[in-house]
Amino acid sequence: MPDQFLFAVEVMINGLMAGVLYALVALGFVLIFKASGIFNYAQGVLALFAALTLVGLQKGQIPFAHLINAAFGTKVHYFGWTMPTFLAIALTIGVMILLAIAIERFILKHLVNQEPIILFMATIGLAYFLEGLGDVMWGADVKTLDVGLPQGASEWIEDRSAVLGGDGFYGFFIDKLDIVAALVAAVLVISLTLFSQYSKQGRALRAVADDHQAALSVGISLRFIWVLVWSIAGIVALVAGIMWGAKSGVQFSLSLIALKALPVLMLGGFTSIPGAIVGGLIIGVGEKLFEFTIGSMIGGATENWFAYVLALVFLVFRPQGLFGEKIIERV
Amino acid sequence: MKLKLASAAIGALLAASPALADLVFPDLSYRTGPFAAGGIPFSDGYQDYFTLVNERDGGIGGVKARVIECETAYNTEKGVECYEATKGEGALIYQPLSTGITYQLIPKVSADKIPLHTMGYGRTSATNGRVFEWVFNYPANYWDAASVAINYLLDENGGSLEGKKIALLYHNSAYGKEPIPTLEALAAKHGYSLSLLPVDSPGQEQKSQWLQIRRERPDVVLMWGWGVMNQVAVQEAANIRFPMENFIGNWWAGAEHDVTPAGMAANGYKSLNMNRIADFPVFEDIRTHVHGKGLAAGDGSNVGKVLYTRGMYAAMLAVEAAKKAQEIHGTANITAAMMRDGMEALEMTSEMMEALGAPGIGPEFSVSCEAHGGSGMGIVQQWNAAEGRWIALTDYIAPDQDVIAPLVEQDSMAYASENNLSLRCE
Repeated sequence: MPDQFLFAVEVMINGLMAGVLYALVALGFVLIFKASGIFNYAQGVLALFAALTLVGLQKGQIPFAHLINAAFGTKVHYFGWTMPTFLAIALTIGVMILLAIAIERFILKHLVNQEPIILFMATIGLAYFLEGLGDVMWGADVKTLDVGLPQGASEWIEDRSAVLGGDGFYGFFIDKLDIVAALVAAVLVISLTLFSQYSKQGRALRAVADDHQAALSVGISLRFIWVLVWSIAGIVALVAGIMWGAKSGVQFSLSLIALKALPVLMLGGFTSIPGAIVGGLIIGVGEKLFEFTIGSMIGGATENWFAYVLALVFLVFRPQGLFGEKIIERV
Repeated sequence: MKLKLASAAIGALLAASPALADLVFPDLSYRTGPFAAGGIPFSDGYQDYFTLVNERDGGIGGVKARVIECETAYNTEKGVECYEATKGEGALIYQPLSTGITYQLIPKVSADKIPLHTMGYGRTSATNGRVFEWVFNYPANYWDAASVAINYLLDENGGSLEGKKIALLYHNSAYGKEPIPTLEALAAKHGYSLSLLPVDSPGQEQKSQWLQIRRERPDVVLMWGWGVMNQVAVQEAANIRFPMENFIGNWWAGAEHDVTPAGMAANGYKSLNMNRIADFPVFEDIRTHVHGKGLAAGDGSNVGKVLYTRGMYAAMLAVEAAKKAQEIHGTANITAAMMRDGMEALEMTSEMMEALGAPGIGPEFSVSCEAHGGSGMGIVQQWNAAEGRWIALTDYIAPDQDVIAPLVEQDSMAYASENNLSLRCE
């Protein structure tokens, strides 16, 4: 096969893998929007906060050490122990659930029946608050995330695919971390689907998503559902934070991964979990192939803006997104 | 007798001067946001040095230095706000640690007559003092850095880069694009091919660029990165098994936090540096007089790191320029205009650096009316992941001024023409 074709296939595969990572971020947005109609501006910061908490717990970092030292003249930074990864992840999930309860109690509860724009503004405030809280709790330095995930090229795939091309083709490059991310995303989507289809809480969540007035009338607690959905979004954020943090270290730019999710949401729709996945894959492949074929002719670095162009093109034909619910408002 | 004369001279100086106010050094820092990991150690070093001078020496020429910190979050608009908010305090010099903020401040400082010092960043052609009266970028600039990298590669390759393939991976911004004209001119001179790989800010996603590198197999990858772009690039290079010894970052892509997230995979990565990293005696003074008294700007964990050392070096150069200004004008209570004169007459010698407790921290250089850029020299350092430290591979390498000087002349003259500036120093 011609090398150029194989390179295009390689780019496409890597686009799919990148798309999975985008979808992981988009999933958190979809879950909250679907259940409460809130566009959660803080989703990227949730991923950052979760990853910071995970690394802090793992390394035995004392939260608020800088404040404690300033107030009491001490010089404490670490507890002196390191926590097993599994336990640190479990405790981080616990922290994210507590955070969900706090968000519901101190913000959302007071904003019931407010305009969506008010709720959106509240999440902007929440994003900046959480970013500051993460900074004060864990510090702003770049933290190394080590949860045992494999990284680097899969030599097995490289070696077996190298025979397909000529001397200039070195086999398909696929990052092992991306493969893990794809598997984790698959497990996550299956779990979420099973949860929403077969559990009592999941059905309640779907009922609220369909018509929260009707759900309230049959005794479903809106407050509980909000805590539940923010907890799940927090867990999804933790997964996204781990996957992105493994590539770059855990640092404050992690909150910007939300920007990669926006075109995915525009394309896949704000209310569909499969939409987030398919949207992520389309954006990932589309932007990578465009950069590969056209990018170099127009100066490169096309991915950020092309993702939005692609999403806008889809919006022209399906304003609600590929899998979004068609909204018909009758007068 | 000498003591009496000196006392009389100081007495006369104080009597002749108005009441001594503080010498104000604004610190446009960024301790929050995506680039905080680089901003914090730099600011810690910058502030700690002024505190040291106050605590150990009683200030600069007997006048206390006062640092006003203003958070920019590496955001250009906020940087300009910080400038406007602090200039009225009697600011003597601005060092914003951001090329974006620098470009906005150049016309402002020129109008307000306050010197701007952008060491190793900002507008490269500001090195031409005939055009840029209020801007200084000693000891080196981006074009120097590009040339130092190429001179290092020439040295490594027996004096020839003919037929070599060099890729520039750069932050797709004014900062990242700065070295391109120099690298293109040097490519024409030395016969290497240059491919350009822009990475959109912030740089978390670089798969396309590294797949291209894997396909095209350049001999060397140079990087102009900042923030998360650096950590991701080092990890991606390791992922495709690109030889780390052929991957060279500029001096804003060569701090400890740029390489530690990749762990052992980052071993062998190289970067330029405009200042040496060592356990300088001045650090001990900082630990004693600043941290020991609970006056540290940060938590004290950054002392000796690459960007802490650079921040401290920036403050050291500001203090030496202030001393020079006091000497020139015979007053300890200097103004921003006097500070500019001090900067323009600054001369950093080995003896001075040794006396300051930082022997060899930077190259020797002198500033003049025409030349605001210093010697332009830089070193190449390499990351030793096992030991967790940078090791200097070279002494200070000089840039190729035959190539850079015409580019500086062309760019600065274009600026002078656009802004109807008359040339100085003539």
